[in-house]
Amino acid sequence: MRKVRASIIGFGSVGQGVAEVLLRKGDELKSLGIDLDVVAIADSKGSEVNLAGIDLKAALGRKREFGTVAIDDLTGEDVIKSVDHDIVIETTPTDIETGGIGLVNMVAAFEFGRHVVTSNKGPLALKYRELVEAAKEADRKLLFEATVGGAMPIINLVRDTLAGNEILSVEGILNGTCNYILTRMMEEHASYEQMLAESQELGIAETDPTYDVEGIDTACKLVILANSIFNQDATYQDVDVTGITKVTLESLSLAYDEGYVIKLIGEVKKDRLRVSPRLVPASHPLAVGGTLNVASVSTDLAGTITVTGRGAGSIETASAILSDIISIYKD
Amino acid sequence: MRVSMDIELKDTPGQLLLALNPISELKGNLKSIVHHHEERTPRSTIPVQLVFEIEPANLEVLIGRLEDNGIGVARVDEKRFTAHGAVLLIGHIVHTDIQDTIDTIDKTGFAEVVNISLSMPQIDMRSSASLKIDAVGKNELHEAISVLRQVAIKKDLVVIEPIEAEIS
Repeated sequence: MRKVRASIIGFGSVGQGVAEVLLRKGDELKSLGIDLDVVAIADSKGSEVNLAGIDLKAALGRKREFGTVAIDDLTGEDVIKSVDHDIVIETTPTDIETGGIGLVNMVAAFEFGRHVVTSNKGPLALKYRELVEAAKEADRKLLFEATVGGAMPIINLVRDTLAGNEILSVEGILNGTCNYILTRMMEEHASYEQMLAESQELGIAETDPTYDVEGIDTACKLVILANSIFNQDATYQDVDVTGITKVTLESLSLAYDEGYVIKLIGEVKKDRLRVSPRLVPASHPLAVGGTLNVASVSTDLAGTITVTGRGAGSIETASAILSDIISIYKD
Repeated sequence: MRVSMDIELKDTPGQLLLALNPISELKGNLKSIVHHHEERTPRSTIPVQLVFEIEPANLEVLIGRLEDNGIGVARVDEKRFTAHGAVLLIGHIVHTDIQDTIDTIDKTGFAEVVNISLSMPQIDMRSSASLKIDAVGKNELHEAISVLRQVAIKKDLVVIEPIEAEIS
């Protein structure tokens, strides 16, 4: 049995999902030879540290009741630097301008010789090379399946299962909010504005939906795919981005008459990174509805492989994080 | 372009090769060949139907070479457009000179707009159009869509293209 001490840095929806999943899957982890203790949890107000292992159920309860787990004033960065542990589960919110606190946390983690498993897109979309280098130098792992497609396996699918294949392109729907809005516009014969309002009411879209509907979120995911799968050194500036805000109900109807649906498609090829609304034949595997994500990986040997799944959600994203954690200690 | 051609061969050995060699010499791509060996034309020749892809400029040269080889060319049917695609436009499509937009495709010589459906909800609101484009081949279809993309940027129109799998 291998003793693993972890911190959860960022205790919002994803961080809490990770805590819940670890509670539920403790026995499964033990059966794989991993005895995992969470020794620190940090949120924006402070942190809890317990080297004997935090009672996750109590921590979740306290978070729900008081809005924070904070018992002392240590920040996430302080925890990473001062608490002895093996793996940092970095689930702070994405900052796509600067990488934000997530970037600081990841850099600190490698500096102190800890693995990083993350759902945070910002640092990876902005500083992929530097982070990979830092991980290599520290001889630690940087795993980020949760950053693209939530529960839908894509990075690990390509890296492990499709190993040996040359990847020619990846095409897919990587943002559930846009998929929901476009699907509902057609179902309800309603305008973009109406369905945006509905998704905001349901909590599917943020109050400020720019990040999703302008294609920025999808573009960040493409950058992560381009860098990790195609070994490029791409940044957000390299992506040609058009969002869904100009898609009209009439265009959806015209497309429908020709046997197509309109989806916000992210496309990665060696020479092109593009996010744009595209015509997808209604019977094509990429034509999934609702908030689903989907990706088609085109390869030289295996042909085209398509995966679909829930692209967001606390437990779903935590599932991707859990599989990354397991993959570190299975090796 | 794709060509379907009826030719007539003399009933002596090596005739089929004389018919097929010029096609490959001119970088044609043979798609099908039906050899009616048991049939005879009134001229006692053997009818053969060929379907192949060839550069339009090479078709006349090919016919000449076949005739030089003593092969009778009975019928030539060009099917110019083999690739078909749909594209949507959103924006002030009519007010930005729809004729000009269509012309940029038609003027390429290798692609044409063959159908357009327009939906204009209200004056001053953005309209939507679906265009069907025929092209002589897949590459030309890609090129036509790319030409349209350039025009659309100038006219502030959104182009919704098919996914890659649809046109490759």
